[in-house]
Amino acid sequence: MSLSSLTTDEDRDVLLDTKIQAVGVDVHYHDKQALFQVDLDIAANTVTALIGPSGCGKSTFLRCLNRMNDIIDGCRVSGALSLDGNDLYAREVDVVALRAKVGMVFQKPNPFPKSIYENVAFGPRIHGLADSRAELDQIVETSLRRAGLYTEVSDRLDDTATSLSGGQQQRLCIARAIAVEPEVILMDEPCSALDPIATAKVEELIDELRQRYTIVIVTHSMQQAARVSQRTAFFHLGEVVEDGETAKIFTDPHDERTQAYITGRIG
Amino acid sequence: MSHSVIVITILAIAMVGFRMGRGRALTLAGGQARSLNSLPAYHGGYVLLWCALPALMLVLAWLALEPAAVRWLVLSGLPDGARSLSAERLDLFYDKILAFASLRNGIGNGTGGADASLVGGAEHYQRLKQLSLFALAVGSIAIAGTGLIFAWNRITPAFPARRVVEGCIRAMLVVSSALAIFTTIGIVLSLLFETIRFFEKVPIADFLFGLKWSPQMALRADQVGSSGAFGAVPIFAGTLLISLIAMAVAVPIGLMSAIYLSEYAGRNARAVLKPMLEILAGIPTVVYGFFAALTVAPLVRDLGTFLGLDVASESALAAGLVMGIMIIPFVSSLSDDVINAVPVALREGAYGLGATKSETILRVVLPAALPGIVGSILLAMSRAIGETMIVVMAAGLAANLTANPFAAVTTVTVQIVTLLVGDQEFDSAKTLAAFALGLVLFAITLGLNIIALMTVRKYREKYD
Ligand SMILES: Nc1ncnc2c1ncn2[C@@H]1O[C@H](COP(=O)(O)OP(=O)(O)O)[C@@H](O)[C@H]1O
Ligand SMILES: [Mg+2]
Repeated sequence: MSLSSLTTDEDRDVLLDTKIQAVGVDVHYHDKQALFQVDLDIAANTVTALIGPSGCGKSTFLRCLNRMNDIIDGCRVSGALSLDGNDLYAREVDVVALRAKVGMVFQKPNPFPKSIYENVAFGPRIHGLADSRAELDQIVETSLRRAGLYTEVSDRLDDTATSLSGGQQQRLCIARAIAVEPEVILMDEPCSALDPIATAKVEELIDELRQRYTIVIVTHSMQQAARVSQRTAFFHLGEVVEDGETAKIFTDPHDERTQAYITGRIG
Repeated sequence: MSHSVIVITILAIAMVGFRMGRGRALTLAGGQARSLNSLPAYHGGYVLLWCALPALMLVLAWLALEPAAVRWLVLSGLPDGARSLSAERLDLFYDKILAFASLRNGIGNGTGGADASLVGGAEHYQRLKQLSLFALAVGSIAIAGTGLIFAWNRITPAFPARRVVEGCIRAMLVVSSALAIFTTIGIVLSLLFETIRFFEKVPIADFLFGLKWSPQMALRADQVGSSGAFGAVPIFAGTLLISLIAMAVAVPIGLMSAIYLSEYAGRNARAVLKPMLEILAGIPTVVYGFFAALTVAPLVRDLGTFLGLDVASESALAAGLVMGIMIIPFVSSLSDDVINAVPVALREGAYGLGATKSETILRVVLPAALPGIVGSILLAMSRAIGETMIVVMAAGLAANLTANPFAAVTTVTVQIVTLLVGDQEFDSAKTLAAFALGLVLFAITLGLNIIALMTVRKYREKYD
């Protein structure tokens, strides 16, 4: 249990199964501090939404969880972050293995300029997950099925991925992440480039994926957070102001700033 | 008074016209520029253009037509004896008149004992030239003045001077670019016509498919050993061999340094290394040439001897190696741009799946950048094929048909140079062969460039 959740009694019994724990996380980009002493617990097999005005550090926090910040020049992370109790930033952690365990879906669909099949097969190939072509075919099919895309693309797996629509591309990116059998999937505003129908499909998918995976989703849409998540954390100016059950955050927030944000007064 | 004085006078009148036009516009507007259709300077510019352009065009036309007109007048003024000369003798005689006239300009009016028709011709010539200059001066200055008055009178507050001036500027720009294009077309056409003349002497199939190149033509029928064979295959093969060696050096090194620069080097290293690589492109090729001839060629030969190989002192390898170094920056700089243009999102996608840096580069970045990289390689290739100085200095002259990099080969550019250097008859097959080689070379490099630019452009479109 992190310090912040000690303040609310309800949280204690909900968070039986903590997947990721952040305690006192600071992030700097060069001299500029983007996160201030962030404490946050992410529950297993739950969808956790990160909301807050833009520039408040949601993406930055998300990218700490699979160490994507490592590839940004001048980004420093301090504090304690752990996955299943293991320190994420310990010296001996293999970033490659970590990212296989904590997959990521980005704001703009970013399929590789390869075939649909090769996009999904990319992860299994580099991690050596399939011993035969048949096994790889199986992984690709299962992943596409779980991403709800298989029926739409089964007859054109060899077409280039960029020929798909935006929503299909995003679900392909989700399939691509699923294919390496992650435990956690991070999504950074996955629907912000999609139309309402494609968004609805992805949201539906997120709800199904919760059975198998722990999901952390950044969203700028409070309706979306309310629809897909069970828990919500509100970020403001690099701090976590409040976190807890989504229903509670939206109906009865503790903090004035949270209230102001969800009623549309700041943002 | 000479032509430059005339031009300066016209320009001075134009400047005066500019001030007058501007002043008149302001006066008409009662000192209030905003009540004019166009700013006062545009009215000034309008007058300036009317002063300068017609007068300068007259000067240009005059300069172009004067020699022919004067020649005709001088020749028709000659006594009958001289006029009945054959065309070639007449040319020669006219040259003598010109030479004599310029001599007289230098030393004064002596006759120097030359014959009467020559002296008469020269005097006639000098008189005509003076008259012509005087007429030009009067005519062009009159036109400039007329232009000034005409334009000045047309100025009213409502006159759209801006539109006229803009139109003129546009026209001048169009003319400039048309000049550049027509020059290119002219060069290509002259290549084409000389090549056609060449193919009248040597069958085109012999040239394109012949395996023997030995362009010495017999000067006399009984001369031995100079048969004149124009089979271009060996020299194109030589060009290809040297270019391939160059590419074998430049592509891996250039590509890897591009990858290092764009993916691995820190910001500081990049800021230093990239300009340094580009300096390689700024070294004059003649410097590479003597580097190749004096340093690399002996080194290659010694190395070959050490390994027990028979290496010519002007081996294809030496020239190819140095040429490869020369084109490294072409490959690396363009590839670097192309690799950098691959969106960060793609890299992040790969990293996010747990790909390592080299996996990301090999499996995502390079395939995505491939069309652009191919384009940059083709551009470098066309550079290599057209390169002259290095091969003139370091490659041989022997047109061997071989794939052995240690043998001496020759290239198209080297052969063009040797065919044209020295005293040559301009319509011998030997000289004309240079044009045919040039045309084929041009076609090849043009083709490579077009394909390269098309692939690069297509690639750009995909990510913009
Ligand atoms: N690569 C970067 N370099 C420097 N500053 C950055 C970088 N990425 C984000 N920031 C800064 O960190 C802060 C938080 O950004 P971010 O996490 O992207 O916010 P959010 O996702 O909530 O909109 C912002 O002030 C932003 O300017
Ligand atoms: Mg963000």
